[in-house]
Amino acid sequence: MPKTILFIEDAMALQKAFGDILRKEGYKMIPALDGEEGLKLAKTEKPDLILLDLILPKIDGFEVLRRLKENPKTKKIPIIILTNLEDIEDINKALELGVITYLVKASYSPEGVLGKIKESLKE
Amino acid sequence: MMDFKRITEQLNLRAQCQRYRVPLLQCPQFLFLIMGIIIIGAAITAYLIGMRYIEDPEIIALMVLTLSVILFIFTYIITISFERLAEANRMKSEFVKIVSHQLRSPITNVSWAIDSLMSGALGRIQKSQLEYFKILKENSSRMKELIRDLLITSRIEEGALPIRKEKVSLVKVVESLISEFRPFAFASNVKVEFDFDKDLPEIFTDYHQVKVVIENLLDNAIRYIKKKGKVKIRLGKKETDIYFRIEDNGIGIPEDDQKYLFQKFFRSKSGEKQGTGLGLFITKSITERLNGKIWFESEEGKGTTFWFSLPIK
Repeated sequence: MPKTILFIEDAMALQKAFGDILRKEGYKMIPALDGEEGLKLAKTEKPDLILLDLILPKIDGFEVLRRLKENPKTKKIPIIILTNLEDIEDINKALELGVITYLVKASYSPEGVLGKIKESLKE
Repeated sequence: MMDFKRITEQLNLRAQCQRYRVPLLQCPQFLFLIMGIIIIGAAITAYLIGMRYIEDPEIIALMVLTLSVILFIFTYIITISFERLAEANRMKSEFVKIVSHQLRSPITNVSWAIDSLMSGALGRIQKSQLEYFKILKENSSRMKELIRDLLITSRIEEGALPIRKEKVSLVKVVESLISEFRPFAFASNVKVEFDFDKDLPEIFTDYHQVKVVIENLLDNAIRYIKKKGKVKIRLGKKETDIYFRIEDNGIGIPEDDQKYLFQKFFRSKSGEKQGTGLGLFITKSITERLNGKIWFESEEGKGTTFWFSLPIK
């Protein structure tokens, strides 16, 4: 059974580019283009891992993170932040809210992020 | 009530100076305070001198008043000038930060799309197409680096460069960078050699920042070799520090340029026309932020050697 990754990211270009790579690696990728859709899909699809951007339309990434961690149905799903925000306050805030790792998009290639996903899913 | 609040905000010197992100001696509010003290001192001195040599108290009063007014006008002009300069500097930094941040997202999107295509995820790439993809990838990487440099510089100036320390093997960092730079070194006809002390300990530092430092030094070392050349890298331990040394047999740095080398936007006359001139400024700032030291020796036409040291703990 392929592992499921929920990718909450509003940039269609990244959804497409990374989605193709994830599918090639045998993962099932579920896209969400805003925070509201992301929260809904996290509850209904119960993914094995969530990739979450912080700047999102409708509900921003930090609020999505907070609600995911408060909901008993979603609080155990491992979350990786994938964002271009790199101020230390944002990093600390996300780590305090319980993410497993915080990745700055501009510093990682798709292969680098894939490596972190595999590490987190213990593959 | 609102005016009182604004007045107390203005009196909070530290907050006002931090807003401009300038040293205390360039902070307009601090300068105003110092000039105020000077005016009071000058007025008292003028009064005491006047009392000694002039009989008419009205003349003394007029003299003190005139002196105070003249000094006050000078103070006002100086303070306003510094305030405008500090505000322009702050706005420039803010602008660079916002623009760099906004540019980062679309460039990252482009870079990831190129990586995705080159990975073959959407089908095999023709040999004829590969060259063009390489050009796209190289240039998008260059743009990412330029934006990264601008953002890092802006953070250094704000005193807000994030440092996340962890155990880092400098040997692994250097080896991975040499591997990344292999195509560039090959294309530039440069051989890169690396050796290190046995049992070199890991150091407690910021992995990403130290990678930026070594990457900048390695990039410069290869780039400034114009004919067949060699870059030698050495890592060693001395007491409580790790020492990194990189030597090239490139064009060297003219003696006149050496004292400006670590300045922001400085580019040596003999150097490359590309680039922002921020690399060495960033390298030095990061090294010092990590409690290290950096220095160099260079001779024009013979080559350059850079060293930096970082504490192990």
